[in-house]
Amino acid sequence: MNKTDTTSQTPETKTSKENHNESIWQALLVPVLAVVTGLFLGGIVILASGENPINAYGALFTGSFGKPANFIEGISVLFSTGDTAALIKAIYPFTESLVIATPYIFAGLSVALGFRCGLFNIGAEGQFFIGALVSAFVGYSLKGLPMIIHLPIAILAGAAGGALWGMVPGYLKARFGAHEVVNTIMMNWIAFRLSDWLLSGPMKASGFRPVTPNVLASAELPRFFPEPLRFNLGFFIALLVAYFIYWFLFKTTLGFEIRAVGANPDAAKYAGMNIIRNFVLVMALAGALAGLAGSSQVLGVDHWVGQGFSAGYGFDAIAIALLGKSHPAGVVMAALLFGFLRGGATNMQSMAGIPIDIISIIQGLVIVFIAAPGIIRWLYRIRTIKTEETVLTRGWGS
Amino acid sequence: MTNVLELRGITKRFPGVLANDKIDITLREGKILALLGENGAGKTTLMNILYGLYKPDEGSIAVHGKEVEIHGPNDAIAQGIGMVHQHFMLVPVMTVTENVMLGIEPTKNGIFLDKEKVAGRIREISDQYGLDVDPNAYIKDLPVGIQQRVEIIKVLYRQADILILDEPTAVLTPQEVEGLFMIIDTLIKSGKSIIFITHKLKEVLAVADDITVLRLGRVVGSINPKEATTEKLAVMMVGRDVNLVVDKKPAKPTEPVLVVENLYVRDERQNQTVQGVSFEVRKGEVLGVAGVQGNGQTELVYALTGLLPLEDGTIRLLGEPIHRTTPRNILERGVAHIPEDRQRHGLILTFPIHDNMMLCTYYKNPFARGISLQEKTIFSNAEELVGQYDVRTPNIYVNAGTLSGGNQQKVIVAREFSRPIQLLIASQPTRGLDVGSIEYIHQQIIKKRDEGTGVLVVSSELDEILALSDRIAVMYKGQIMGIVDAQTATKEQLGLLMAGIHPSETAQA
Repeated sequence: MNKTDTTSQTPETKTSKENHNESIWQALLVPVLAVVTGLFLGGIVILASGENPINAYGALFTGSFGKPANFIEGISVLFSTGDTAALIKAIYPFTESLVIATPYIFAGLSVALGFRCGLFNIGAEGQFFIGALVSAFVGYSLKGLPMIIHLPIAILAGAAGGALWGMVPGYLKARFGAHEVVNTIMMNWIAFRLSDWLLSGPMKASGFRPVTPNVLASAELPRFFPEPLRFNLGFFIALLVAYFIYWFLFKTTLGFEIRAVGANPDAAKYAGMNIIRNFVLVMALAGALAGLAGSSQVLGVDHWVGQGFSAGYGFDAIAIALLGKSHPAGVVMAALLFGFLRGGATNMQSMAGIPIDIISIIQGLVIVFIAAPGIIRWLYRIRTIKTEETVLTRGWGS
Repeated sequence: MTNVLELRGITKRFPGVLANDKIDITLREGKILALLGENGAGKTTLMNILYGLYKPDEGSIAVHGKEVEIHGPNDAIAQGIGMVHQHFMLVPVMTVTENVMLGIEPTKNGIFLDKEKVAGRIREISDQYGLDVDPNAYIKDLPVGIQQRVEIIKVLYRQADILILDEPTAVLTPQEVEGLFMIIDTLIKSGKSIIFITHKLKEVLAVADDITVLRLGRVVGSINPKEATTEKLAVMMVGRDVNLVVDKKPAKPTEPVLVVENLYVRDERQNQTVQGVSFEVRKGEVLGVAGVQGNGQTELVYALTGLLPLEDGTIRLLGEPIHRTTPRNILERGVAHIPEDRQRHGLILTFPIHDNMMLCTYYKNPFARGISLQEKTIFSNAEELVGQYDVRTPNIYVNAGTLSGGNQQKVIVAREFSRPIQLLIASQPTRGLDVGSIEYIHQQIIKKRDEGTGVLVVSSELDEILALSDRIAVMYKGQIMGIVDAQTATKEQLGLLMAGIHPSETAQA
């Protein structure tokens, strides 16, 4: 075969950049269509329950982003009188969605990192609890420290607590081959019951309710606006951590190993990588990220920990990691989406009378479509990509 | 004479690939049609269309002169078409009878399996075609050659009269191949028609009545075996002259690189598959390890490369023991490994080519500084190797999984050869590859030998062993039956050793 033969075989020779852009589109296509389809089917459910989907989604939108009219009014009030109250009220829904998205970003990164190494971290919920409890403890018990010392210690302590919680299943898998799914679930239950005990005993604030004392002001993540806005530094730390995880996964040798172990453990072993060490490392890091989720929630939003503190962040994180295709940028986008959905849901319930659970239905539909992309490909007649075609006929033969 | 099977104008497109382009094929009644072609020539696609696994974009299929539509394996079987796959579809822990009846279980009183009836039918088939298969034997206890006969029984039991044999000789010893050819002969005499898919030219000439050659999804031509020669067929297959014999000078071996003594290894299921193996590989020579697949060669290589622990024995590389160390340590001492299963061990198919090109050295200068990967170097390294080893790919950013088998193997060879090596371990280096790629990879291996590298080639293809080796070790049931000089070795002698018989024993008998 000569050179002209080669070019005729591969007429679609592209530059790397074109190729790259195309692959980004390919990667985004299914998730975006999954969300659109989920919203559409959710609309049908709303319609079936006798309500108007347009009103419902309108309320959802204003609940998550705010009313544009209020925003414009807020600006004009600010310019004419210098009073910020109206503008702050107008941006409240939007910032509140970002507040909800913050722990989603951390916890989503936790699950995504596990997926990249071929590990299924169902334990983000438990790691979230431990992170929150440790941060709270450091936050209220260490007294007399300046914020510049106290806050980082409280954050890092939460991460360390989560890391420990993640490392145990990682070590059990590495050492004894115990499946991480089973062990992370077990660790969740230990975390739940441990927190029940801590909140009703050793960490209980004075009073009747099983809650911790408030963390000291020196351990609070700074807020950017006055009450009732809870938007705080945690959101930007989450974005920073997401970028760090991206760099770690794709630009470092450690990340390369993690991805190699996840994509093909046999080849990773062949290449001399230590699979066991990677399992422990990744579970510890994943635990730290989920711990940061709890930490950011307690130090930035609630300032104390009570029973049922997490509200399922660690489990929603699995959906977020799937929707974000385990890529840090995708996780951030998916977490924002979940933040806006959750943020707008309350408004949808009060304004349009749609039960908040419809959001769970939409999320569930989106996850089904992400988990079974074949449905989306079939619905929208998307051609199967060539790589998947070759898997079908993988073999040694002719 | 009638045509039992006619494919007319079969066209099948995959995104970006024309897998089959207006293919015409005719199978005459009671004849053997050999379908010859390189990897990626479209043989598998065509057979998957015939078996109903793919729907053709254009074209028609006629069985016994009647046009039919085949939507799945069940339709194919209903038309009397049976396929013997290259990778056997058998359940090892079940008996022959149970395997044959899988999917069409006959029952007594509508509840109980009627195994006796099936076993009786298997005996009839076995006697009729001289297959010599015990219906009550467990598959896991049967040699590969007999397992293949079970596959043949499966299609005969389903009353197929058109048999498709996909690379049937790939896993057989030369003696077993002879046995298979005798069975094929009996099948033909009792009126069956056979499509024989292969890339081995000599076999085609030995058995075929008609030969159709495919290249790049098209029929290149049909030829009568009486007029064909291996050279002629090779040219048709590849589209140019091919050097079937590896051109090499006599080896100039010096001191030993690898010394293995009394090696015992257990596989992942704790079976002792290597039992007391000793040999050495010297600088500048190729030691070939021949043997039917599954006689401990795989585990031997895994032990040498650190992928499996040894039970006993020693392995020394340039005098230093390496049998209690990690795969990384072995890599760093200069052992290159072209693994038997390139998609399992050799590549990460979902990673781009540039990452696969540095899979074993990613953590070292110049690919990394500290923990930071140096993308520029990684890309330029890949560009250079893709050019140097002629990997056919649109660019270095596509995933390794999109490449053809031959190009995947070139990526591995390029990667392993691009770092300083003392010992090359090549396991089934050309399995499933087309003639052009085989030629290329053989030349590269000999080039390494001539540079003074010690080379260990493990292959179940005798032709490959004979073409590459300076000395040949034959493995049988975990032991080395003998090490012979490649210059004087004959196929018959090696075939007997592969079957566990010492030539001296037959001489006495």
